[in-house]
Amino acid sequence: MSDAGLYALILTAAFMAFLTRIGGHLILTRFTPLHPRVEAALEAVPIAVLGALIAPAILLGGPAELIASIVAGVVALRASTAWVIVSGVVVLMVLRRVMVG
Amino acid sequence: MSTVAPPRGETRTEALAGALASLTILPAIVPFGMLFGALAITAGFTPAQTLLASGAIYAGASQYLMLEMLGQSISPLAILLAMLAINFRHVLYSAALGRHLQRFSIWQKGLAFAMMVDPVFAAGEQRARATSSLGPAWYFGYALSVYAVWMLANALGLSFGALIPEPARWGLDYVLPLYFLGLLMGFRGTSGFLPVLGVSVLGSIVVHLTIGPPYHILGGALAGLAVAVWRAPAARDGRSDR
Repeated sequence: MSDAGLYALILTAAFMAFLTRIGGHLILTRFTPLHPRVEAALEAVPIAVLGALIAPAILLGGPAELIASIVAGVVALRASTAWVIVSGVVVLMVLRRVMVG
Repeated sequence: MSTVAPPRGETRTEALAGALASLTILPAIVPFGMLFGALAITAGFTPAQTLLASGAIYAGASQYLMLEMLGQSISPLAILLAMLAINFRHVLYSAALGRHLQRFSIWQKGLAFAMMVDPVFAAGEQRARATSSLGPAWYFGYALSVYAVWMLANALGLSFGALIPEPARWGLDYVLPLYFLGLLMGFRGTSGFLPVLGVSVLGSIVVHLTIGPPYHILGGALAGLAVAVWRAPAARDGRSDR
């Protein structure tokens, strides 16, 4: 791809990303007051989206990834996101080494 | 809720509190940003193009997808469509977060949405639910700190990318799922957490195995939202229909 072409692609992608970020709000403001069912759906957005986002990496990634995720999930009951990441990465690193040989 | 602007000192304290709250997720953003910087340079991007992509698109997962598809000489239109599919979750984020921005002016709203990446959305939602009033100072303290660290990590990655040792060896390729897992667990107190999560995970896996990525995000999310809708009271008076 040409230099100009790549710039055009990046700027178009940036514009489209902004539209997705502002779009949900613009659509929703046309439907106030919100029906309780819509309200319930919006309350569930973080759970539904984040769950769908990570499910394949955790469940289809392999045994080491699954175990590391379970450990990190338990850590998350008590500690902040930083510790969730550190514990998961350490467990994964150890398991990958043990399992390979 | 007061319509009067808070005193200056309070604004500063709030902004600082927001920036401090972002510290826990910065360890995840650094390797993610560095890796993008390094991969973009390897893929033939100039440093200016790399920083423009990260600074203007500002949606890491879709940027990785863009690099991968460019490497396979896929047409720009198909690349943009795939990026739209992966970024479509922002429409849902935007609808949800927009309810909490009453204290934002119209320009602040525009900027707030432009900076709304996954952790900023998750943190903003949690803050709004915990304090019942999300202020612009706290939000931008958090969001600007995430943006600054993301850009810095990109700059480091494109400058010293060769120094990053095999990501898989150090488990760095798995930082992103763990980080989203941490964000997700922050919402475990929400009513209907387990049923919504269970169905969204199931939907995501089914779509991933049949249609394929990146459509599992939207497929799983909509399945989970359907459960939330089904569990909700049917009428505005809050009476349950079950």
